[in-house]
Amino acid sequence: MLRFLLRRLLAVLPVLLVVAVVVFLILRLTPGDPAAVIAGNNSTNEDIDRIREQLGLTKPLLAQFGIWLGNVLRGDLGYSYYLSKPVTALIAQRIEPTLSLALGTIILAVGLAVPLGTLAAWRMGGWLDRLLSAFSVAGFSIPVFVTAYVLIYVFAIQLQWLPVQGYQTLFGAGSRGLAAWAYHLVLPWITLAMIYVALIARVTRAAVSEALTEDFIRTARAKGLTEGAVLLRHALANAAVPIATVVGIGVALLIGGVVVTETVYAIPGLGSLTVDAVLNRDFPVIQGVVLLFSVAYVFINLLVDLSYLVLDPRIRY
Amino acid sequence: MKRRSSLVAAALLTACLSLPLLAPAQTPPAKVLRMVPHANLTVLDPIWTTAYITRNHAYMVYDTLFATDSKGKVQPQMVDKWSISKDGKVWTFTLRDGLEFHDGKQVTSEDVIASLKRWASRDTMGGILAKFITQYEAVDAKTFRLVLNEPCGIVLDALGKPSSNVPFIMPARIAATPGTEQIKEVIGSGPFIFKADEFKPGDKAVYVKNTKYKPRSEKPDGMAGGHVVNVDRVEWLFIRDPQTQFNAIKAGEVDMIEQAAFEQVSSLKVTEGVQIVDLSGAGLQFFMRFNHLYPPFDNVKIRQAAMVALGQEAFLKTQVGVPGLYRYCKSIFPCGTPYASDNSSYFTGMANPQKAAQMLKEAGYNGTPVVMLRPTDLASIAKLPLVAKQQLEAAGFKVDLQQMDWASVVARRAKKDAPDKGGWNLFFSAWASADIASPLTMAMLNAQGDKGWFGWQNEPRFEELKAKFARASSDGEKKKLAEQMQILAMDTATHAPLGQYNQPSAVRKNITGLLENGGLVPLMWNVRKD
Repeated sequence: MLRFLLRRLLAVLPVLLVVAVVVFLILRLTPGDPAAVIAGNNSTNEDIDRIREQLGLTKPLLAQFGIWLGNVLRGDLGYSYYLSKPVTALIAQRIEPTLSLALGTIILAVGLAVPLGTLAAWRMGGWLDRLLSAFSVAGFSIPVFVTAYVLIYVFAIQLQWLPVQGYQTLFGAGSRGLAAWAYHLVLPWITLAMIYVALIARVTRAAVSEALTEDFIRTARAKGLTEGAVLLRHALANAAVPIATVVGIGVALLIGGVVVTETVYAIPGLGSLTVDAVLNRDFPVIQGVVLLFSVAYVFINLLVDLSYLVLDPRIRY
Repeated sequence: MKRRSSLVAAALLTACLSLPLLAPAQTPPAKVLRMVPHANLTVLDPIWTTAYITRNHAYMVYDTLFATDSKGKVQPQMVDKWSISKDGKVWTFTLRDGLEFHDGKQVTSEDVIASLKRWASRDTMGGILAKFITQYEAVDAKTFRLVLNEPCGIVLDALGKPSSNVPFIMPARIAATPGTEQIKEVIGSGPFIFKADEFKPGDKAVYVKNTKYKPRSEKPDGMAGGHVVNVDRVEWLFIRDPQTQFNAIKAGEVDMIEQAAFEQVSSLKVTEGVQIVDLSGAGLQFFMRFNHLYPPFDNVKIRQAAMVALGQEAFLKTQVGVPGLYRYCKSIFPCGTPYASDNSSYFTGMANPQKAAQMLKEAGYNGTPVVMLRPTDLASIAKLPLVAKQQLEAAGFKVDLQQMDWASVVARRAKKDAPDKGGWNLFFSAWASADIASPLTMAMLNAQGDKGWFGWQNEPRFEELKAKFARASSDGEKKKLAEQMQILAMDTATHAPLGQYNQPSAVRKNITGLLENGGLVPLMWNVRKD
């Protein structure tokens, strides 16, 4: 187990190095010049050259990469060209909204999808199953921004129960408590959860329905266990591994995939930070955020693998 | 089991729906004004950048020696009185009483001089003025002198310059920062104090009323007059999505959208509690810029043919589309500003493809493709290249329309490579009228070849005329020189004006007192929230 952990952690390093090289090169090969963006409309080539020099963009590509990598190894992701702030500080400022959005969404999605998927599998072909299938198709096919605008129109504009936009911090200065935080996130959570409820519920349904055909289920029923116990202790427990896998994938996708939701609800998270950075060619910020996402993906995958040990005692590393 | 799951679902739904009851009251304090700015505020130094959003931020925090009123006249702001020596070479200014920075220190002549020097190191007009100044002299804490090498006609115009870069006054220790580096602290002496601890780029910027600010006694007029603050706090909330902006103002979550999307103007007009206001004065001007270095536009006759091929009406209808918000104007100096003139040589602003085709033939155009840059992500100008392509092709040009984001356009337009090797022939943009109202601030008239503005026109006559303009002492003389420059601009086809438009704001009806100004600055003094 310890050897497995160590091996997996060591395997992270080449992955991150590859990500670092690819992101660095892609950004440098993309059209666009941060110095030209910073210089603004009323500038000349002389201004742009001066700014490029200040930003260190006139150095050879290899030297630029070496400096950046050296700083990263020391825990320094560099300075934003545009905001003149450390990238780590910018990420720290923006990570709370994104994590709040992603974790809340996944909790809501799992909380709804697993029971619904289990019940649909239990009563396969029944009205709940058919309803869930219809919902899954809708959840997958309706774009996030459409769901968001419909929810805003109904709950924020017409009923005026919830706010149209904005984020209320949970920690530190400006916090107005848990209720205010949740109040601003209800609509974004529901918006994003639609897709993940559809995804997780379908996987749960498939996994549980497969488990329900196994011999041990017939044995459990023959022993006189209640249907609830059969479903929860035997069918769902045996379907847990694929469900954990899809939840893991969902979390990983969510962290990087909240851009549209953050934009529609004006949530100042990592998604909008990345969009601004891309539009302004703010290389250090893009590199920092992509590196962070990569680390997050790798560790979520590791957590999912470790969860298998708990969910299925037959699995050994 | 079915019953149990129904109960769980019902409990979840109830929990979701009852959240509003748990939430704190959403009614904002009476005197908090919430505005959606036109862009994300990222840079806080109004001298380091010319970005309008930074300039607007600076108008909240800093004060200026002079300010421009709604009629374009320069009026004293921090200055109480001033005098000019008989030979016109010594200008003496006295600051008014009670000027204090947000850190509690008095505004002194030293602060003013340091601020002017830093501004002059970055701003075009400031740079021209600086060439006249031989000495900055602090006579006492409130009095300073500018000693010139010869009489200059632009001293007040430069000091009261309404748009980027504006000569904002900062503490000397901050203004000591080289103009090529960003300042680290935001301390002004203006009517609002910037809350650095609440600033989150990409989210919000917060300003609170400067209770120690002493406004002038005159009525507010444009950027001039008394800067009386009637709200306790102003929050700029950056909302990127125009539809969310619309929803937010409709729901009363924000009081003002600085620049309403043209597509939403008609809907906003009929939205209860919301009104459309136009504070932009002479508005903005669309233009098309030629690259003078490469064929076919290294040939003045071909540039002129392109000018004749362009008709403003199609550009304005396609890009703006809201009647009443755009106007035809063939002058390079925006209509409604002091140097606007109808004398525009052969350029009419009306499309004449037949005449353009004839001119093209006479100029010997050989079918060289014209590389035109189109910023697809900049909605405010994204349609202009589409219209230009159609109009130029109607005249016989071969157009290679290349689509990219704005960041790529600004990088590409700085490249002096040949158009088929990563360079360009044409790009489009828009300027606020205040930025191009004077020949000294109009970037397109910076025709110093390699050292000039993108397009790199080399036309020394502009510099000669600008030098005369800077020395001119009367308005009549300046106007005559501006007209000469306009004719020269048309004859050498520096760029093509594509018409003017106004940028409306959407405002809740309980907001009053917004001031019109030519710089498109959402001035927050004088504003009331009832």
